Amino acid sequence: MNSHFRPVGGPILTKTFLVSAAVFAVSAAILVWRFIVGLGPTTAMSDLYPWGIWITYDVVVGTALACGGYAVALLCYVLNKGKYHHLIRPAILTSALGYTLAGVSVIIDLGRYWNVWKVPLLWNWNRNSILLEVAICIMSYVVVLWIELSPAFIEKWEEDAPWQWLRNLSIRIHPWLNKILIPILALGILLPTMHQSSLGSMMLIAMHKLHKLWHTPFLPLLFLLSCIVMGYAAVVFETALADSVFKLPRETKLLAPLSVAMVIVLFAYLAVRIADLAYRGRLGLIFRFDFYSFMFLLEMALFLTPAVLLLFRRFRYNPGVEFVCAMMMMAGGLLYRFDAFLVGFKPAPGWNYFPSVPEMFVTFGLVAFEVMAYLFIVKTFPILGGAPHAAAGTAHGVAGVPAPGR
Amino acid sequence: MSVTRRTVLKGMAAAAATSVTGVPKALARERKKPPADAVGMLYDATRCIGCKACMVKCKEVNHLPPEPGTKVEGMYDAPDDLSGYTKNVIKLYREGDKVSYMKAQCMHCVDPACVSVCMISAFRKDKQGIVTYDPAQCVGCRYCMMACPFNIPKYQWDVAFPKIVKCELCRHRLAEGKLPGCVEACPREAVIFGRLEDLKADAKRRIAAEPGRYYPKVYGETDGGGTQVLYLSAAGIPFEKLGLPDIGDQPLPELSETLQHAVYQGFVAPIVLYGALGIVIYRNRKRQSGEEEGDK
Repeated sequence: MNSHFRPVGGPILTKTFLVSAAVFAVSAAILVWRFIVGLGPTTAMSDLYPWGIWITYDVVVGTALACGGYAVALLCYVLNKGKYHHLIRPAILTSALGYTLAGVSVIIDLGRYWNVWKVPLLWNWNRNSILLEVAICIMSYVVVLWIELSPAFIEKWEEDAPWQWLRNLSIRIHPWLNKILIPILALGILLPTMHQSSLGSMMLIAMHKLHKLWHTPFLPLLFLLSCIVMGYAAVVFETALADSVFKLPRETKLLAPLSVAMVIVLFAYLAVRIADLAYRGRLGLIFRFDFYSFMFLLEMALFLTPAVLLLFRRFRYNPGVEFVCAMMMMAGGLLYRFDAFLVGFKPAPGWNYFPSVPEMFVTFGLVAFEVMAYLFIVKTFPILGGAPHAAAGTAHGVAGVPAPGR
Repeated sequence: MSVTRRTVLKGMAAAAATSVTGVPKALARERKKPPADAVGMLYDATRCIGCKACMVKCKEVNHLPPEPGTKVEGMYDAPDDLSGYTKNVIKLYREGDKVSYMKAQCMHCVDPACVSVCMISAFRKDKQGIVTYDPAQCVGCRYCMMACPFNIPKYQWDVAFPKIVKCELCRHRLAEGKLPGCVEACPREAVIFGRLEDLKADAKRRIAAEPGRYYPKVYGETDGGGTQVLYLSAAGIPFEKLGLPDIGDQPLPELSETLQHAVYQGFVAPIVLYGALGIVIYRNRKRQSGEEEGDK
C-alpha cells in the first residue's frame, strides 16, 4: 500500500528556499527581541486589543487553512472515497506543519509561556474554559498529525536512513504503526471537529464587544463549516501549485467531484449565516453600507461566487476556474475569521488595532519556515503521488510551493 | 442497528444542531448567586471630589510603581486609565454643565467572564466572592481581557516577565482586618466597603432619601448577572457616560457555558462519535484492502 508516493527529489537549496530562509532569519531576530523586551514594544496589541494577528492569523486562520488533512480524511476514511487517497499525504503534511506552527505562535504570544506545562495537567483544568478545550485538542492533534504522517518517514528510513539505528527503529515501528493507525485516524477526525467549532465558541463570551453581524450562538457551527471549506480549498490550491512546480500530472479531473461536496457545504454555511441574521432581525445591518456591512458583503461574495461557479460542470473541470475558486474560498474563510476576531471586535470607542511591522514579520517568518519545511519534506520523503520518477523538481527550481497551511 | 457512515454523519449533524439550537432547558446553567458572606464596595459618584487619594493609597498598599502622565508633561503618577501598574483610577466625565467623577476598578462580578474562560483557573472567586488572580497559574493568554465586559484585567506590556493586573479588593489587607486601601483613604466616604447585602440596601436607601440627587438605578445590582462593586450616579448622568456599559442582566458565561456543556455533557458525544468513527474507518479499510487484493 501507498507505494505510489514518491519523493520528488531535486536540490533543496533553491531560490525559493533561500528567500524563505532570509525572511525566517529576520523574524527569528525579532523573536529574540520580543522575548527580551516583551510584547508591548514589538506588537501593536494593547489592553483593549489583547489578541492580534498572532492569534487571529496564525492560530484561528492558520489551523483552518491547515484543515486539509481533516477534509480529505473525512472524505477518504468516513465517506470511503478511496480514489482521493493519494491526496492524503500532502494534505496531512500541510496540516501537520500548519498546526505545529500555530502551536509555536501561541507560545510566542503567551505572556507567561513558562507556565504552559501546567495546561495539560488534568487537575488544573477549568472545565468551563473553551480555550482549554481548544488548547488540549490542538496539542493532541499536532501529535496525531505527525503520527498520521509518520509512515512517509518510516518508508523512507527503512530503505535509506542517515543512521543505522534509525533504520532499525523504522523497521521495528512499521508493523506496530499499522496496528494503531485506526484509532489515530479516528482521532484525526474527532479532534478537528471539536476544536474548530470551539474556536468559534471562543467569541461567544464577547457578547457586547463583537459586532452583531458576527456574534451569534451559531459561531461554532459556522466555524466548523468554514474550516471544512478552507481546508478543502487549501488542498486544491496546494495540489495545483505542487503539480505545476514539480511537473506532476494534473489532478483536476480527480478534484472536480470533490467540488460538488464543497458546493453543498458552502451553501449550508451561507444558509445558516443568512437565516440566523434574519431570525434575529439583524438583516438590516447588512444594508447599512458602513465599514462592517462592506466587510460582511465581501465575505459573502467570496463564498457565494465559488459556490455558484462550481455548480456548473464545465467550471468544475476547468483548472483555472477551480484554482481561482479555491483562492476565493480561502480568502472568504480568512476574512470571516478576521472579522469575528479582530475587525468586528469593538471593545471600546476610539480604540483600534493594526499589526506592527515586527509583528507582521514574525507571521511572515513562520509562513516562510513552513515553505522551507514543506519543500524539504516533499523532496526527501514520499509525500506526493504519481510523480514521474527523478528528473522532476529541478525544472522549476526557481519557483516555490507556498504551503497553504498558513 | 449497524453503524454506518450515515450514522456518523447524523451524529455529527446532531451534535452541531444541539450545539446551536434547542439547548434543552434542563441543561441551561443555573443563575449564580453571590456567596453568603459576599463583600463588596459601593461608590457614590455624587460624594466623590476627585482628590485621588484612593489612587495613591492603592499604589502604596499594592506596591505598584507610579506611571508618569502621558497627557500632561512633567506630571508624576497620572495614569490615564487602568493599566498593568494601576488597579484603581478616578476619571472625570464632563459634558456641557454635567460633571461627574468615576472610579474604575474590578467589579467583582457574581458570575465573572474571566473566571469562566481562564484555562487553568488563575482567576477564581473566593468564599467572599472576591475575584482573585494567581500568577503561578497564569500563562498570559489574555483571554480574560477579551472576555471582560468592563475591560478590567490589564497586562504588563513592557516587560519580559509580565503579569495580569487587576483589583483584588485588597484581600491581603482584609485578611489582616484592615479596609481596602481606597476605602481607607477616601475622605468623603465616596467609596465604602461592606457586606454586599448591606451595601445594596444602603444604595437603595440613598436613592429613596434623595431622589433628586441620584440617577434612579444601582449599577451592578443585576447588571451582567450582578457585581459586588455597586455604583450610584448623579441625576441626569446615565452609567454609560461613566464607562459602565449597558450589558443587560444575563451573565456573560451563560451562553458559552450552556452551549459547551450541552455538547460535552459527560463527554458522551465525543466518545460516541469517536467510537463510531473508529468502526466506520475500520470497515472501510477492510473493504478497501479486500478490493486491492482483488485487483492484484
